Amino acid sequence: MSETIEELVSQEYKYGFTTNIETDTIPPGLNEDVVRVISKKKNEPEWLTEWRLKAFRVWKTMEEPRWPNLKYAKIDYQSISYYSAPKQTKKLNSLDEVDPILLETYEKLGISLTEQKRLTGVAVDAVFDSVSVATTFKETLKEKGIIFCSFSEAVQEHPELVKKYLGSVVPYADNYFAALNSAVFSDGSFCFIPKGVRCPMELSTYFRINASNTGQFERTLIIAEEGAYVSYLEGCTAPMRDENQLHAAVVELVALDNAEVKYSTVQNWYAGDKDGKGGIYNFVTKRGKCAGVNSKISWTQVETGSAITWKYPSVILLGDNSIGEFYSVAVVNNRQDADTGTKMHHIGKNTRSTIVSKGISAGRGNNTYRGLVNIGKNATNSRNYTQCDSMLIGNKCSANTFPYIEVKNSSSSVEHEASTSKIGEDQIFYCKQRGINTENAISMIINGFAKEVFKNLPMEFAVEAQKLLGISLEGSVG
Amino acid sequence: MIEIKNLHASVNGKEILKGINLTVNAGEVHAIMGPNGSGKSTLAQVLSGHPAYQVTQGEVLFEGENLLDMEPEKRAHAGVFLAFQYPVEIPGVSNSYFLKAGLNEIRKSRGQEELDSMQFLKLLKEKMKVVEMDPSFINRPVNEGFSGGEKKRNEILQMAVLEPKLAILDETDSGLDIDALKIVSSGVNKLKSPKNATIVVTHYQRLLNYIVPDVVHVLVNGRIVKSGGKDLAMELEANGYDFIREEMLQNA
Repeated sequence: MSETIEELVSQEYKYGFTTNIETDTIPPGLNEDVVRVISKKKNEPEWLTEWRLKAFRVWKTMEEPRWPNLKYAKIDYQSISYYSAPKQTKKLNSLDEVDPILLETYEKLGISLTEQKRLTGVAVDAVFDSVSVATTFKETLKEKGIIFCSFSEAVQEHPELVKKYLGSVVPYADNYFAALNSAVFSDGSFCFIPKGVRCPMELSTYFRINASNTGQFERTLIIAEEGAYVSYLEGCTAPMRDENQLHAAVVELVALDNAEVKYSTVQNWYAGDKDGKGGIYNFVTKRGKCAGVNSKISWTQVETGSAITWKYPSVILLGDNSIGEFYSVAVVNNRQDADTGTKMHHIGKNTRSTIVSKGISAGRGNNTYRGLVNIGKNATNSRNYTQCDSMLIGNKCSANTFPYIEVKNSSSSVEHEASTSKIGEDQIFYCKQRGINTENAISMIINGFAKEVFKNLPMEFAVEAQKLLGISLEGSVG
Repeated sequence: MIEIKNLHASVNGKEILKGINLTVNAGEVHAIMGPNGSGKSTLAQVLSGHPAYQVTQGEVLFEGENLLDMEPEKRAHAGVFLAFQYPVEIPGVSNSYFLKAGLNEIRKSRGQEELDSMQFLKLLKEKMKVVEMDPSFINRPVNEGFSGGEKKRNEILQMAVLEPKLAILDETDSGLDIDALKIVSSGVNKLKSPKNATIVVTHYQRLLNYIVPDVVHVLVNGRIVKSGGKDLAMELEANGYDFIREEMLQNA
């Protein structure tokens, strides 16, 4: 029976192909000149070059964190190439000019970049290695005053916005990987939703690592002005390669008064083979700032890929009555390691946060939830609810929970619930006795376990996420 | 319907069933009684294919087919249903979704069309009336947070929906108060037909006041030591299992 379980959880990685395309890749190594080269390639203003250099100088003085519950070979930062882009000779004016090989790559990944498919109702920014290759629905969004473009383009077209918000949530000296990213980030997505506008469609970025021996360091910045709303989706895949590749991204979200940002991720980077060879090292800093009153930031993540995951999407609850949410399903199998969770910093009054974390461990996977709930002394009448559930499949995997709670006033309340369960032989037998085979029984049990998180995903993503776990969509009756 | 011949089974190397012989025909209700640890529940689990039990000898024919060769879900498809002594909880999976998945698998295996959500819901509501269950149970997660009685009632609901040929009720009366016992029994009785059969596994005679058996078997130490009509159950109730043991000793 355990074989069936393993087969199911470790379905073959479908996105492991490589695209053959000529690239402009700088040689491996990292120093101030490399930082300047990247900045120059992107034709950046001087203040940004300086900002990168400051980050680089800080990074050099920092040490890679060793506190996570992760085991991986030491990363040689000098052996990585910090910039790789598909060669393109001229500036693109429309999607028709995008290299067909790239369009085909995204088609294979199930992402249509052709705008004819309007029915999908999702605008996509496609990031291939270090650069954004296409952004769809740009014009439609522009009519509403929404800016959705690659980060590089934002630097050129909207430098004042970038300057104002870049590093305002995750400063360049924040942590080791954020500093590295700040020095060498290449591209990413930029979104700006002006005052009072409700973004009419889901915005999404699809990250694809293709080149070997490169790192991907994207930077995403999302700003929702007063009363604005946006739902943003992020998907990631990479080819199967024997060596490990580094992915160190930074995502910053800003919500002003009465604004809401919903950020969903389905992370499916290559996880390495069953013996732990290859796979992506995913070291990501994601943070949102509820800067205004009554604002809301919600993170939903489904983490199935990467050899190593180090990721804590957090919310700074600065505005009074602001709300932070974190819903997570993290799956580890084979030799995967994940150390993930969230931080909720309650600063404003009457702030509320909800954390629901579901960890699924299979094979020899090691899954760790690490969370911090920090309620400051002025954050009176604040509330947090945390629920951390772990499910074990087989007996060689592990699950850990490290919740940190700090409360500095007496009118606030914090609730923490945790559970660990095993997919029991009895549960599977019960399903089988009712006519359901083992495979479907496990799907059903996992699906039930992760349901609270899946229901927070936008429809398209919920389907993808469930497929990822080998789960058929639950057609609930009545 | 089912023919059990010289069935031996063990768990963790310890032999529990030591040669069971039993034939149940369509339309019949058989009761298996016996003291604690005699192997009653083991028999129920072995017939439905629980992986923890190893059959070491003997055979079981279900409508002429070798039952022991089938995976548990195939036995369900063939029409074997076990009402669990301890129904299992499946958090996050609604009762209706679970039951619909089971029913459709069974229908598929028989070449019948699967029911869609609306058809299924209609069927489910009808069956819920049989066991007097509140419609709120439709969307509650399988057995999670159910009281002992609700779990048992839920087992009978599943039986009503899946319409098995052979239903095995494993200590369905345990943990039920008298009202719940009446409801559950009347549910079982309503589902009885000349085409299906029931094996009632129970420690107490109490349940047999409501589900009247055609044959009563007494299981002691892994063997059926005595079979008789429904009066045998009364006798056991009055004299306890000791009188059987004494009889056995005398015959030895």
